[in-house]
Amino acid sequence: MKTQAAVEIAHLRKTYGDVVAVEDLSLSIAPGEIFGILGPNGAGKTTTAECVLGLRSPDAGSIRVLGLDPGRDREELHLVVGAQLQQSALPAKLKVGEILAEYQSFYREPADVGELIEGLGLAGKVKDYYRSLSGGQRQRLSIALALIGRPKVAVLDEMTSGLDPQARRDTWNLIEGVRDRGVTILLVTHFMEEAERLCDRVALIDAGQLTALDSPAGLAARARGGKTVRFVPSAPFDDHLLTALPGVRTVQRSGSRVIVNGTGELVNAVILTLAAAGVTAHDMELYSSTLEDAFVKLTGRHLHEEGIPA
Amino acid sequence: MNSHTITRPKAALSKALLSKAPLTNTPLSRAPLADRTPRAAFGQIVRNEARLAWRLPAGLIFGAGVPLLLLIIFGELPSFHQPQPSLGGLALFPVYVPIIISFVIAILGLIALPAPLVSYRDQGILRRLSTTPVPPSWVLAAQLVVQFCITMTSLLIVIIVSIAAFGLDVPKNPGALALAIVLSIAALFAIGLSIAAAARSGTAARAIGAGAFYPLLFFAGMWLPQPLMPGVLQGISKFTPLGASVTAVQDSMQGQFPPALPLLVLTGYAVVFGFAARRIFRWE
Repeated sequence: MKTQAAVEIAHLRKTYGDVVAVEDLSLSIAPGEIFGILGPNGAGKTTTAECVLGLRSPDAGSIRVLGLDPGRDREELHLVVGAQLQQSALPAKLKVGEILAEYQSFYREPADVGELIEGLGLAGKVKDYYRSLSGGQRQRLSIALALIGRPKVAVLDEMTSGLDPQARRDTWNLIEGVRDRGVTILLVTHFMEEAERLCDRVALIDAGQLTALDSPAGLAARARGGKTVRFVPSAPFDDHLLTALPGVRTVQRSGSRVIVNGTGELVNAVILTLAAAGVTAHDMELYSSTLEDAFVKLTGRHLHEEGIPA
Repeated sequence: MNSHTITRPKAALSKALLSKAPLTNTPLSRAPLADRTPRAAFGQIVRNEARLAWRLPAGLIFGAGVPLLLLIIFGELPSFHQPQPSLGGLALFPVYVPIIISFVIAILGLIALPAPLVSYRDQGILRRLSTTPVPPSWVLAAQLVVQFCITMTSLLIVIIVSIAAFGLDVPKNPGALALAIVLSIAALFAIGLSIAAAARSGTAARAIGAGAFYPLLFFAGMWLPQPLMPGVLQGISKFTPLGASVTAVQDSMQGQFPPALPLLVLTGYAVVFGFAARRIFRWE
């Protein structure tokens, strides 16, 4: 029996007037997966997430979340899907504990508030007004509200924007903990590091279209075809020794350093070949190309270019 | 893989999420929705809206404090208690009590009710609620409940103080008075909801509300009681919501069942503006 996808998007299209936000987007998210949608501002990431949540209705195509149609089965959908939206505030003069109690009351089997907020580092803030919270604390409260109904699918839109690096890492730990409980997570982000750290698979979206879909490492490998090794040789040697190897693409020299770019078991090949020639490679460093490299390569643009707002 | 590196927050969260039944992909039960969204949710929303009304007390100050102050000032003026032939033998004080009642209803309905709804829409709060099992309309309903309770409490205080401190006759037809008040509230709250539906920002809502408040209060007779108005203005007043409200409340305080016209006018405003609000209200 084929396992039902947690989220299934087929040929999604959404336009705002003349602007095409999403064009023929299809993807399938497996249960328990952390799936990233990565792209520059205005790429259609948020629109896609909003369609999945039933906040917008697609112009064409279909979406199923746990078998539910977000347009038709909106109310059932919201019992099992938690959302964290961009740019959504809460009443300034309500206290954190009061907001949590309200949202908790919406669900039959909610998460335990005390434990949830301890996990998010908000335990000392229960009696504080929402307006007195820092940006990072508001963001964490928003994540708490997305998880308070113990959803099976969580849609998190730019969950770590506005967080400092430490808070961002704490949040990543949390999300991994949530995934370990079997929750499927759709993560909309424009942070490379976040996608690399968390996502099982990443969809690169640019101008409303799917550019690439792979694991973060797979995408990175696709971008430059692999790895770069740098080292300082113990003795001079002829470059042909290495360029003759099947996996090696280029060999460059920079001062005393040798820089080899290629694919496959590059490090072993280089070490063994040099050793056979009586040369030792000192200070060896290995670089893999990153998701950022992949993005630039696949779209010809940088992720952080200022563009139209999302 | 790295289970031994689990951080404390992560462990706590895992516990929180595991605290009830384990998360599985069991198919959704098809029970009616009302059975699955706890009824306590509406109570929680009302409670938080009431807290907000108390913590941002502009509505309480202008909808309860200011009218009470006006009532006391008018009540303390000896000239307000002398019968006036031009008012059909009534003194100014009993003439002004229904005007103050319409003041209370108008401030709370036209300004205090729409302002929070518009800012909730502005700040994405209604949109955030659209992603929960609870529809955002519950917040609107909670606002209606809270503002209705504040209005009724304020009116009760106005009427009791008028009777106990300033010798107003006990209303001779309490049933008719209650009907007149409830219809007035329905009309003004419906207009307030239309303002919430049409205004693009909290500032705009307050401006529209205040812009409607003063002319309507004029026709209620705040600056010139109805019986003293020139004929043309009296004619217009009868068809304004507060003019109709003052007539209906005044008549029932004097013991008569109010004539059909003011009751019909109030019902008309409630129905027309209620439907208009329903049609044009945007949740995002």
